[in-house]
Amino acid sequence: MYRAEPLSSLLIEPLDELTAVYHRASGITHLLGQPAPELLHALQEPATADDLLARLGREFDLADAHRDALLARLDELVTAGLVRTA
Amino acid sequence: MRYRFAVRVGPYGFRVGSDWRAPVAALEHLYADYPKPRDGVANFTVRLEATRSWRRFVRPSVNIGGDWFLAEAAPLPLAHGLLAAEMGMNLQLALGGRRHLLLHASSVERDGRALLMTGESGAGKSTLSVLLAAAGWRFMGDEFALIDLDTGEVRAFPRPVSLKNAGVAAAEQAWPTATFGPWLRGTPKGDIRHMVPPSDDLARMDEPARPALLLFPRFGSPDEVRKVPRSEAFVRLTQASTNYTALGWRGFESLVRLVKAVPALAVDYPDGASGVAAVERLWSAL
Repeated sequence: MYRAEPLSSLLIEPLDELTAVYHRASGITHLLGQPAPELLHALQEPATADDLLARLGREFDLADAHRDALLARLDELVTAGLVRTA
Repeated sequence: MRYRFAVRVGPYGFRVGSDWRAPVAALEHLYADYPKPRDGVANFTVRLEATRSWRRFVRPSVNIGGDWFLAEAAPLPLAHGLLAAEMGMNLQLALGGRRHLLLHASSVERDGRALLMTGESGAGKSTLSVLLAAAGWRFMGDEFALIDLDTGEVRAFPRPVSLKNAGVAAAEQAWPTATFGPWLRGTPKGDIRHMVPPSDDLARMDEPARPALLLFPRFGSPDEVRKVPRSEAFVRLTQASTNYTALGWRGFESLVRLVKAVPALAVDYPDGASGVAAVERLWSAL
């Protein structure tokens, strides 16, 4: 299961194709490309990778919502400390 | 300490204590037109101390002390005592300033709107700010631009301009009547000479300005202007800020507000006159 940091602990500011995210808990600023900001919103409710894939496919009509690519992005967010696994 | 000096530059008051008379005399000369700290209270203290007590006299060597210091900073010879004082003041503000987002940038103002110029050492931001001041802009500072955390406005920090190498001749030509400090030759930063900003601009140091344009100038390349995406400007400004991390979410909000509010351009220019012409052209196109 994946769960993003609560939105109350994040400042999310789209700048251009990149989005600046300030994580209050760590004090670290992240610059994220798509679909990372969307994942942070989608994972406010915990979900498995399969759930998430299905949900994003419905909400955003993602053409390249392949499981491997999604897992790679999730791993990056986990490493960045913005998403937790449980 | 034996010799003391106090001054206010924009919103910040400094006091400098020194084991020697010479650096304080040089400061008194450069800062003759500046106000004293409000209510006599300084925000930052700089100490110019002998590395050993006997080094006050024998090959005098200046250690920069204060509330904040860099452990690896090498002491300077007394001949560079003024530079030590200036570096000490920069250091106290850079590491201790919390009331503003500090950007390593020069700034000038026209019609209440500020132009910010940031870049690595040698990019020409100091020289360009002096040349623009000579062309009628108000000089707000060549070292730090202070971004007000509440309003997003730029506060002036018009320290004496630290001119290096070829920049000195350009400034002397642009401002023949200006007051200059002594030549500091062979410093770790090259040959340096300080220039006192125009007194009218010092008198207006408490007037803020709304940021209108952000430039990343680069001296010595053929004329070229490139639009800088917001995300790139954001990253470059986090690197140009000395206290972005220390300010936490307030720094983030201030920087986001700034890059969203003003266009950002990278400007290459071959010489000072071309740089001024490029700025005037870009400014009038806003």
